[in-house]
Amino acid sequence: MTIVVLNRRNLLVAGGTVLATGVLATGVSGLLLPARAEGLAPTDSMSGGANNYRKGAAIVDRIGKGGFWMSGTVRRAGDGAPLAGQRIQIWAHTTEGQEHEPQSHGATLTDKDGKFRLEMPQIIPIFGQPHGHLAYDSGEFKTVFLRPVMRSAKETSLEAHFVLQPA
Amino acid sequence: MARPPLIWVALALAIGVPIALAAGSEQLAWRGPVYILAGFAGMIALALVLVQPLLIGGYLPGLSAYRGRRAHRWIGGALALAVVIHVAGLWITSPPDMIDALTYTSPTPFSPFGVTAMWAIFTVALLALLRRRLGLRLRTWRIVHIPLAIVIVAASVAHCLLIEGTMETISKAALCALVLAATIKVIADLWRKRALRGSSA
Repeated sequence: MTIVVLNRRNLLVAGGTVLATGVLATGVSGLLLPARAEGLAPTDSMSGGANNYRKGAAIVDRIGKGGFWMSGTVRRAGDGAPLAGQRIQIWAHTTEGQEHEPQSHGATLTDKDGKFRLEMPQIIPIFGQPHGHLAYDSGEFKTVFLRPVMRSAKETSLEAHFVLQPA
Repeated sequence: MARPPLIWVALALAIGVPIALAAGSEQLAWRGPVYILAGFAGMIALALVLVQPLLIGGYLPGLSAYRGRRAHRWIGGALALAVVIHVAGLWITSPPDMIDALTYTSPTPFSPFGVTAMWAIFTVALLALLRRRLGLRLRTWRIVHIPLAIVIVAASVAHCLLIEGTMETISKAALCALVLAATIKVIADLWRKRALRGSSA
């Protein structure tokens, strides 16, 4: 038999493992293993995600002059089914305007596979991080605000994925 | 004769180069004037955090100990003012992001360090103003000020290094390294003086 010694290091390791497993379970199984999508957990809003949100951004072919691609997927919590025709609002601080300015905002709809893709101006670092904002706020499902961060300010695309639960 | 100005030249370069490089950043083209002012106020605050240990440690030639201490106090006030301008400018630029930072709920990892440094700076500045009225003796004052100074330095450096903004990476890291080195040096010298006093008594 094993003797379990409880000390601070063990607890830290155990805590870390639990945390890591939790992160892997929600992150990896949710996004990378559709075969195990049953019981897919809904996406939580990210902290700061709703900052500088303007309700009701218009559906556009492209925000401003474009050059940068924001893309992602929208799926249903539980069975992970792709959700078509969902309106996703997108905004960011770009080369063409600050986050709160109307011209920095736009919206697009998901296709039949639950995918969306909107061209927008290049995102640049604001408040210390190059990041974008996305919102699902149409009422049928619970509102979700995302705030993905680019790995580098030089990147010309960014992804964000929604798993929505009924409102 | 050549040596004293050299340290001053090094200090001017340590502060001037990162600020000059930031002034040439392409990011500035996409920022409003208030945001730009807020950013530079932050950089100047970091530069003042470098000057403070140099002044109080008496490492800047040409300044008497008395004048060094006086300058340390005035620069402390200027540091608090620079932080106020930094925070106010960021607040005007994006109120919700600044509120997240001040309430320690920001998604950016550098924000809690910056806000912690801010409170430590304000605490030291307030206590320095009230020091005589509170009748704080040098010993008591140091017990309060030195730990807070360490918090200010460590948190400011972490805050600055984690930010992706207008500062150029290498000059920023060099400035931060000098801030740490100057602080470690002044604390080590204080320690040594105390040990000397202890052994001679």
